[in-house]
Amino acid sequence: MSQNIYDRVQANPKFAELVKKRSSFAWKLAIVMLVVYYSFILVIAFSPATFAIKLGEGVTTVGIPVGLGVIIIAFVLTGIYTQRANGEFDELTHQIKEEARSEK
Amino acid sequence: MKWGLLLLTLSNFAFAADAQFSGKRDLNVSAIIMFVLFVLATLGITYWAAKRTKTAKDFYTAGGGITGFQNGLAIAGDYMSAASFLGISGLVYLKGFDGLIYSIGFLVGWPIILFLVAEQLRNLGKYTFSDVASYRLQQTPIRVLAALGSLATVAFYLIAQMVGAGQLIQILFGLDYEYAVIMVGILMILYVTFGGMLATTWVQIIKAVLLLSGASFMAIMIMYKVGFSFETLFSQAVAAKKSIAIMAPGGLVSDPISAISLGIALMFGTAGLPHILMRFFTVSDAKEARKSVFFATGFIGYFYILTFTIGFGAIVLLTNDPTYLDPVKGGIIGGGNMSAIHTAHAIGGNLFLGFISAVAFATILAVVSGLTLAGASAVSHDLYANVFARGRVDEMTEMRVSKYSTIALGIVAIILGIAFEKQNIAFMVGLAFAIAASANFPILFLSMFWKKLTTRGAVYGGSLGLFTAIVLVILSKAVWVDVLGNKTAIYAYENPALFSMSVAFIGIWIISLMDNSESAAKEIAAFDHQYIRSQTGIGAEGSSGH
Repeated sequence: MSQNIYDRVQANPKFAELVKKRSSFAWKLAIVMLVVYYSFILVIAFSPATFAIKLGEGVTTVGIPVGLGVIIIAFVLTGIYTQRANGEFDELTHQIKEEARSEK
Repeated sequence: MKWGLLLLTLSNFAFAADAQFSGKRDLNVSAIIMFVLFVLATLGITYWAAKRTKTAKDFYTAGGGITGFQNGLAIAGDYMSAASFLGISGLVYLKGFDGLIYSIGFLVGWPIILFLVAEQLRNLGKYTFSDVASYRLQQTPIRVLAALGSLATVAFYLIAQMVGAGQLIQILFGLDYEYAVIMVGILMILYVTFGGMLATTWVQIIKAVLLLSGASFMAIMIMYKVGFSFETLFSQAVAAKKSIAIMAPGGLVSDPISAISLGIALMFGTAGLPHILMRFFTVSDAKEARKSVFFATGFIGYFYILTFTIGFGAIVLLTNDPTYLDPVKGGIIGGGNMSAIHTAHAIGGNLFLGFISAVAFATILAVVSGLTLAGASAVSHDLYANVFARGRVDEMTEMRVSKYSTIALGIVAIILGIAFEKQNIAFMVGLAFAIAASANFPILFLSMFWKKLTTRGAVYGGSLGLFTAIVLVILSKAVWVDVLGNKTAIYAYENPALFSMSVAFIGIWIISLMDNSESAAKEIAAFDHQYIRSQTGIGAEGSSGH
């Protein structure tokens, strides 16, 4: 791969756009995951009684749907990222590569 | 019960076997038949894969032709070890809600891997994660350190799996411990030596499908018995246990520092496990790498919901059934870790018990094969080809070295597996995750994202993290008190990762900034190209055809 291709990519404003969009999206989702998970852990560590509150008449407690919810959120977040990255970001990457190759 | 039990429970049902199982189980014929069928099928796959494994790329990465969906299943397979199937459902059986806390800790690392490392890894790497770490840094020191980090992680993890395997097989099949360990070792050597990554991946995929199907069947039968209502399941479980405590967090997380430290070890340790990282090189490009994590997270999350259901089902079905209770010691026969196995029997009789036992064994085989391949790659690709021979080596020689390494690792694993039979091996899994989080992950992460990282910073900071992790594990209760027999632990928390990972990051940061050498300036200058490749995949191995 020639030196020039890298220089052309570097100079392409679309590359800066790709990096900016993807990094901010990825970090936002990562922060959501970290906040959700560590909130869950901190409630267990400092206020376990919160998760022991009963949902209704039966024995099911608040902790059960919250716990299952964390699992589902983790999966949904990976879905959201993959959807956007495999569509929008890959399209942008494709354009950057094409432009770098055609300007020879 | 504290967080450390997680590692205890998940790594080794050994302690249960040692403490509570004096005799071997009677031969279970259906289990043996199904297991033999699995072994024959996987050996057939190995034969098929061997004919297709001609180049080093085939051997290390299955030729890079695995799809995202297949790789997702294989990653999930690596993660859903027998220990996590039996351990987590056993923990739910004993503690109810607390079991869920563990599952979640194991799952949440995956989204982070996807967002921050998966595609960059694919774009930069070739065969091992050391390829990525040493991309713009000096080959020799970085590869040596990364290979040592890989080998240490693999070795500790492998010993834990081997000991667990030996004891599980002893319980399930009535086979002597030594024979069980030797059999696992030989089969894994065969898969990896002849079939390379292609065979290892397919063994993993088949096992993942079998495990997910078996666990789904169990969960569905349990839900059928309670009219598909979780409320009914929970209320019957509470009635059986005569205690509401299983519906809420118990004493598992008594101190927040241990909790956070374990969370860090699980989350970032996962992102530093060499056999997991290696799977990202088996797909063709970043797109498939992302899909891999998406599917893997889905399968693993689904699996943990199943184990949670099975654990509660076990409470309902086993707690008051004398068939499964140990009249002498109390509790169920074989301890909590056997709850999924007994539940299989309660649901589907000897036939289904045989199926689940065979699947549990298949799971161990698949996981140790993946670990061995990762270890062998660190020896042949990093230490031999790139450090010892300085890249001047032909592919055939490199592959031959990797095959010898596989055999050597397999023999070492058998010997250590036998040597550690009676040891508490919990700390080994703790150590494996701590080293992965404190040495492998910081170097990998900073090499991809931080321009000012230099070789000196990575080597000294990474070594410092590795050293801190090992010292803190030795000073913690698992080794200092339980193994060395001292009265109180010097390091009061269950897991070192919070401190050792911080030491690694801070060490790397300070030493890199202080590094004014000429080579450091070159390494910093090389970042831009690396960054372009990591972001776009330009020049990436295997992506040229796309």
